[in-house]
Amino acid sequence: MSKSIEVENLNIYYGSFRAVEDVTMTIRPQTVTALIGPSGCGKSTFLRSINRMHEVIPGARVEGKLALDGRDLYGPGVDPVGVRRQVGMVFQRPNPFPTMSIYDNVIAGMRLNNKRAKKNVLDELVEKSLRGANLWKEVKDRLEKPGSGLSGGQQQRLCIARAIAVQPDVLLMDEPCSALDPISTLAIEDLINELKTDYTIVIVTHNMQQAARVSDYTGFFNIEGTGKPGKLVEMDETRTMFSQPSQKATEDYVSGRFG
Amino acid sequence: MSTGIEPETSQQQQKTAEVRALEESLPSVAKRVRELPASAPWAILGATVVVVGGGLLTAGRGIGLAVFATAVVYAAAVYLISRVVEGPRKATDRLVTVLVTTAFLIAMIPLVSVIVTVLANGLARFDVAFFTNSMRGVVGEGGGGYHAILGTLIITALAALMSIPVGLLTAVYLVEYGRGRLSRAITFFVDVMTGIPSIVAGLFAFALFALFFGPGIRMGFMGSLALSVLMIPVVVRSTEEMLKIVPNELREAAYALGVPKWRTILKVVLPTSVAGIASGVTLAVARVIGETAPLLIAVGITTGVNLNPFDGRMATLPVFSYYSYVAPGVPREPFIDRAWTAALVLIILVMVLNLAARLIARLFAPKTAGR
Repeated sequence: MSKSIEVENLNIYYGSFRAVEDVTMTIRPQTVTALIGPSGCGKSTFLRSINRMHEVIPGARVEGKLALDGRDLYGPGVDPVGVRRQVGMVFQRPNPFPTMSIYDNVIAGMRLNNKRAKKNVLDELVEKSLRGANLWKEVKDRLEKPGSGLSGGQQQRLCIARAIAVQPDVLLMDEPCSALDPISTLAIEDLINELKTDYTIVIVTHNMQQAARVSDYTGFFNIEGTGKPGKLVEMDETRTMFSQPSQKATEDYVSGRFG
Repeated sequence: MSTGIEPETSQQQQKTAEVRALEESLPSVAKRVRELPASAPWAILGATVVVVGGGLLTAGRGIGLAVFATAVVYAAAVYLISRVVEGPRKATDRLVTVLVTTAFLIAMIPLVSVIVTVLANGLARFDVAFFTNSMRGVVGEGGGGYHAILGTLIITALAALMSIPVGLLTAVYLVEYGRGRLSRAITFFVDVMTGIPSIVAGLFAFALFALFFGPGIRMGFMGSLALSVLMIPVVVRSTEEMLKIVPNELREAAYALGVPKWRTILKVVLPTSVAGIASGVTLAVARVIGETAPLLIAVGITTGVNLNPFDGRMATLPVFSYYSYVAPGVPREPFIDRAWTAALVLIILVMVLNLAARLIARLFAPKTAGR
């Protein structure tokens, strides 16, 4: 179920403003790819274009090629809603649905799409997803309680459970730990390591240590100045990127000698 | 029991005595912060009331002057005494407290006065007969507002039935879909509609139906239409505000799960904001239920029960109250009494609707507590 992502000469625009310029990269299945770079350099924008989430913002559009296992996601007749079912996303701030219980939050993908299933099938899916998100033990006795009553780290894992319950091929994470404490962060990082056997994971992070800890590949985005588009400076194995990057800018950034 | 407590209290007393001794031994900075006792403002108030108010009253001046003079003298007295004892900062605080409290009391006067007057005059006929009898064949005493209560409920329910879907969907369009010139125009005209005088809404309904059915037409539905002209903008406004405060993250969370936009609105946005929407709608109903002018023009009045809003005149509480007062029969008193009772029933209806709005808001609110 894990799939590769091929990106070729991708340009992303907000109206007439070009936010990301000319990105070309290949993301292999069953790997964790970290995207690092200074704020405003287009990492999140690029991430959101992988599941066509960025186009919910009026005026946003994409030029170039972005394919999932060879199938062009921006091809004619491709339904963005279908793309989002294949490519799940976890956001910066945990956002469980406040009107739903923990149980309903996990199967929200089915509930909201009015898909019916037998009770025992749903129970199984809930348990499997919560176990997958390392949350089962903590919440199994209060599945009917509202999801907003959990702690921040638990809520974020609930959101991961919700994302993997729809069984996507790719999981995108937009700074999933930036609102969490170190212990919850560690729990999420362990989880990412386990999840990569089943999913292709792309994670945006500002935390360089985190990128070094969890990812197999790292892409460095940079921006030349305000008003200029963000660019992918280089992408390589994480080990190489943090020890001997080929670009001077990358070395400056990962060693903290930036700007 | 008393024996168990006594030693402790005596110990405490001892302690406070020690503390007091310590405080007195402290340098003069601490001692100079003098404060009026909590009862001082009340004592000053009592003194001013007796001296100024009582003096003016016994001198044969009006009660209005007495109250006004008492308030002014009291404010001045509190300020001066506090300034001498406590210093300028405290004195200003006390003066502003007096001003704010006075403003509050002035604002309360009409409210309390209306409720007391309506209660005093309306309770006379607030009996079972008022709720079971219409005015058919009644010339003097007896009779009631049964027909008017039913008319008000039917016409308002019809108005709500028309306004709520239109208002709700307009708000959904404005918040979720609308952008550009069309949505700006709609927002503008909704704002304009909020300010329409109610008589204009009545004239609109009257003119509209006169075009189709000829002049002189009157029916309950015309009133409902006029009321919904007044109600729609209120529903749009309150719903719009409620939809706007639904965090965008929830919408994105649903999109990211592969949920289409219309389902997201139906199953995430609306349920999250249903409490606020429901109470807003209830307040909109409460707002139009007491409208008199449009119903006076479009619906008229009748003496009997008319349950069909599409055929002929209907009685409504505000119009019933109005006509009982301006065109009473002979003898006058029963008509005036019924007018007051109709007003009382109307106030109770509005109050019940407001309470219902609060209850709805609490019942539907997303459950956040409960770890």
